[in-house]
Amino acid sequence: MTIVLMTGIQSALNPAGVQAEKIARLWDLFFWVSAVVYVLVMIFLLAALLRRRPEIVPNATSPRVRAAVSIATGLTVLTLFALLTASIFTGRSLSDVPERAIQIGVTGKQWWWHIEYDDTDKSKRITTANEITIPVGMPVTVHLQTSDVIHSFWVPNLHGKRDLIPGRRLTWTFSADRPGVYRGQCAEFCGYQHAKMALWINALPAAEYASWLEASRKSSKIPSTPEERKGQEVFMSSPCPLCHTIGGTEAAGKTGPDLTHFASRRSIGAASVPNRREFLAHWIVDAQHFKPGSLMPSMTLEPGQLEPLVVYLESLR
Amino acid sequence: MSGTRVIDEASPLTQPSPPRGRGQGEGAGPYSLPGDHGLHRQLEKTWSPATGPLRWFMQIDHHVIGKRFIITAFIWFALGGVLAALMRIQLSRPGNTFLSADLYNQIFTMHGTTMMFLFAVPVMEAVAIYMIPLLVGSRALAFPRLTAFSYYMFLFGGIMLYTAFFLNIGPDAGWFSYVPLASPEFAPGKRVDIWSQLVNFTEISAIAVAIELIVTILKQRTPGMSVNRMPLYVWSMLVTAFMIIFAMPAVMVGSLYLLLDRLVGTHLFNVAEGGDPLLWQHLFWFFGHPEVYIIFIPALGMVSSIITTFCRRPVFGYTAMVLSQVATGFIGFGLWVHHMFTTGLPQSGESFFTAASMMIAIPSGIQIFCWIATIWMGRPVYKPPLMFVLGFVAIFVLGGLSGVMVASIPIDLQVHDTFFVVAHLHYVLIGGAVFPLLGALYYWFPKITGRLMNDRAGHVSFWLIFIGFNLTFFPMHKLGLIGMPRRVYTYLSETGWGQLNLLATIGSVVLALGFLTYFINALVCAKRGEFAGANPWDGPTLEWATDSPPPHYNFIHMPVVSSTEPLWHAPEHAPLVTGLSTTAKEVLITRTFDAEPDHRYTYPAPSAWPFLTALATAGIFLGLLFTPWAFVIGLPIASLMAVGWFWPTTPQKEGDAPQDSATASEAVA
Amino acid sequence: MKRVLVVLAALTLISCEREERKFRQTPAEAALQKRERLVSLVAGPYTPDVKIDGPYAYNAHGISEGKRLFSWYNCVGCHANGGGGMGPPLMDERWIYGSDPEQIFATIVEGRPNGMPSFRGKIPDHQVWQLVAYVQSLSGNVPKDAAGGRQENMQVRKQEQSIPDLEPEKAPAEHP
Repeated sequence: MTIVLMTGIQSALNPAGVQAEKIARLWDLFFWVSAVVYVLVMIFLLAALLRRRPEIVPNATSPRVRAAVSIATGLTVLTLFALLTASIFTGRSLSDVPERAIQIGVTGKQWWWHIEYDDTDKSKRITTANEITIPVGMPVTVHLQTSDVIHSFWVPNLHGKRDLIPGRRLTWTFSADRPGVYRGQCAEFCGYQHAKMALWINALPAAEYASWLEASRKSSKIPSTPEERKGQEVFMSSPCPLCHTIGGTEAAGKTGPDLTHFASRRSIGAASVPNRREFLAHWIVDAQHFKPGSLMPSMTLEPGQLEPLVVYLESLR
Repeated sequence: MSGTRVIDEASPLTQPSPPRGRGQGEGAGPYSLPGDHGLHRQLEKTWSPATGPLRWFMQIDHHVIGKRFIITAFIWFALGGVLAALMRIQLSRPGNTFLSADLYNQIFTMHGTTMMFLFAVPVMEAVAIYMIPLLVGSRALAFPRLTAFSYYMFLFGGIMLYTAFFLNIGPDAGWFSYVPLASPEFAPGKRVDIWSQLVNFTEISAIAVAIELIVTILKQRTPGMSVNRMPLYVWSMLVTAFMIIFAMPAVMVGSLYLLLDRLVGTHLFNVAEGGDPLLWQHLFWFFGHPEVYIIFIPALGMVSSIITTFCRRPVFGYTAMVLSQVATGFIGFGLWVHHMFTTGLPQSGESFFTAASMMIAIPSGIQIFCWIATIWMGRPVYKPPLMFVLGFVAIFVLGGLSGVMVASIPIDLQVHDTFFVVAHLHYVLIGGAVFPLLGALYYWFPKITGRLMNDRAGHVSFWLIFIGFNLTFFPMHKLGLIGMPRRVYTYLSETGWGQLNLLATIGSVVLALGFLTYFINALVCAKRGEFAGANPWDGPTLEWATDSPPPHYNFIHMPVVSSTEPLWHAPEHAPLVTGLSTTAKEVLITRTFDAEPDHRYTYPAPSAWPFLTALATAGIFLGLLFTPWAFVIGLPIASLMAVGWFWPTTPQKEGDAPQDSATASEAVA
Repeated sequence: MKRVLVVLAALTLISCEREERKFRQTPAEAALQKRERLVSLVAGPYTPDVKIDGPYAYNAHGISEGKRLFSWYNCVGCHANGGGGMGPPLMDERWIYGSDPEQIFATIVEGRPNGMPSFRGKIPDHQVWQLVAYVQSLSGNVPKDAAGGRQENMQVRKQEQSIPDLEPEKAPAEHP
């Protein structure tokens, strides 16, 4: 990825949504209060060490010192109570979930994200992987499930994290207040490639989102050049269709990511490899090089098969 | 005896101590009598540790076991530290290929497991095994054969774990081993089974030592040491021991369930058959949170001991300090859900745990304030133990404040499972436990070895550790906030995490150098350090009233105390207890609250049965991982060992043994 | 001290085969794909077949992967979880086309009459070997410490590490 990520693209300190903003404000409060408390304690410690001492009366208890300790304790209690109150109020305000929100299904798998945009009209459903496109300013509710172990959905610019727990379907609502690309990452250790289970959230202005929806609801692009056609043949005759789906073709595998609009995604392998030709070729032949332990096996292809396959896949916008 | 006491400029603390040979049994200060030398030889013979070719397996003396425990725990610490260094090398730059993903996962699991199960709790118990009888004025630790048994269980567990690691069977599901990642479908092989059995080894060891500590502290205190005159360190070990007994069973049950699921095919954590992965989390964290207080509270006691001696006055606010420790112990059991804030539990329930997690800062804060007040009113002597205590305050307070941050649910939703938490936990565990531990070992080193550690090296090691620690872990706060999750073997360079990670790695080199300096100081001075004498620091508590190193019977006569700082307030000829046998291993048992003498109890001779029983038990545990026949074969063998252990011996009859007789005017029966 | 280090080095080299995680197929494994003979008549003096184990026969991770693939490649569609349905059961002692690892490999790759499809080119070879190891574990023919435990879903039979070892029946003389 030669796109150097802007600082703050996966940062809780750079909120881009209303939920992350509330948490960041609470963080500011806690940070400054803690800083003041720490400095005060250190000042008193240093003063205790450096003060000029009169004749020591070691067992005496000075009423002034006793008062100081009591006051310090009282201030501690009050400060903690204030912080607790701020925390509870923020928590309550975060759980005010708006009624109308876009519903997106997210299923965590080892080690990628299966994304589904549901719709009562079956032809309007979108299945994709590792990238979630959302409109700016609208609340989005993700329905979090997992098909294997516990994962955790975390996009720090937009909200805190929520775990994906087997047997449970948890909902998590967030919104993006400005357009941009935000990176998230699985935050619960989930096996060999937990480190490379990231995701992208694309927040688009409303008009662009509408056109993205329309494009994504279409079936896969039919190959238009001979090389793309050859690539599709290679795809269908290789192990690929047993795991991957390409909408509108016979490839209907459900265990790997959906490739219908593969070329419109910015990365391969859950944000671990840039989606560019040379990387794609290498990924197909030896995914284990990039993500050892991932469930995409290394493939052996005849010479002359890899190039058309890559061309075909890169045509799937 | 209250009253003023002018600091004596000629006190041994402020002057170099004259060279002395190993103690000749004269005892020290006010608790000795003329004629003690003959008693010393008799008592030394009675209480002598095992002899003969098999003596290593037969030791039950608490000094011997305590030293072994401490040394073994630090060996695990060193191994865990090497693992940490490997992790830091791997993370020092993005896309590093120094460690593979699988090996990294094993290494961070081993690091956490080693530090939490094999080092942190055992070393605190080990120091207590050595020091508590000395601090309460008793001849021995209760149930000495059980002490030996717990050492061997601890040793065998660690050997099993590391042997497995070198055979590529090291656990790799994290030190907390969440299901279903640790279930048979996602963790094939024996790796997680080894982890579960290690838990059983170490928890049995810990619970056994906890029982011994409670009984020793409640029933073997020397007369006059009523509960309100116990040193604060003794209080801290009492609270810790009770916490161990209540917390450890939860993780033993959890690891038992995990073993059942993995080996027998039960479904305790299998959602499809009615189980729940969150059950594991509750069971584990119900143990896991008290565990960190089990590690931390002994350190609080150590800090009190050091501050008392090195500020030349007792800690301010004894009652508040005791109540704070007890309160921390109780409240510590009500916090565990703060490890599960992201799991979608009902928010009103979670808020209770936020409140409790913040509330526990209050007793800790009270203790910090009392210590600062002590320093304020005392006269600090800047020896390395005090430096480590000051480092503790600087680091632990920061860790405690970051703890208040993660106690808040909204903030935790962002920083949970990130390097922010890694920073927090190391600040409170290294700052809050390891710093006091290093200070306490420096402080009690002369008592244990008879020699002093080198002060210059001590100061150098302190500063290296302090600076290295902060360089390593402070940047991790920022790393967590800018998005770096935990338990990742690598990261992409585009994330921008490379620089802070490199800084942390450089800091870890400094930290490692600091630890190395400290350990070399300890190892060299154990053989060639300056001789210490009985009370090189002019400390106030009873351990300084006997030789360094102490004779195997600790005290020739049981001292009678009337204050929390007996050696600072003892009259020239203090009252003491005589009448204990010199030819049988008699220990004075006193009443629980007021420590009035109650009866005498004869302790057993050295024995190899604890070793054999531990061996049989270890065999059962290891065998069970491979076949259920291990139970069938192993249980009768272990039972036979236990029969040998408890085989009754003829008690020595009264009147046979010459009693310890002393001149009547000083004797208090 | 030196002795300790030597022992430790030796231990790391042993590196338990059961616990290895082989993420890529090695060239040695590729060489194991020898074709099955279709007749029993051979040229030259009688040479007994050397029995080989598949590359994952003692490997817990490989067997576990085989279990996952058994479901992912829809073997369960015909063979259920070993009990059979449209296809024959795999958890008994009757091996229609042979119980040796390379015979099972051939069954999967070549296909067999009466409905077993050929998966040549559809399943990468090292994954076929993982399936071979798993199928062997269904009748107890892998070491028990490498066999699988219970799965994270509804259980329909005992876990593989608890089933009895079923010695494969001698195959009938005339085949196919």
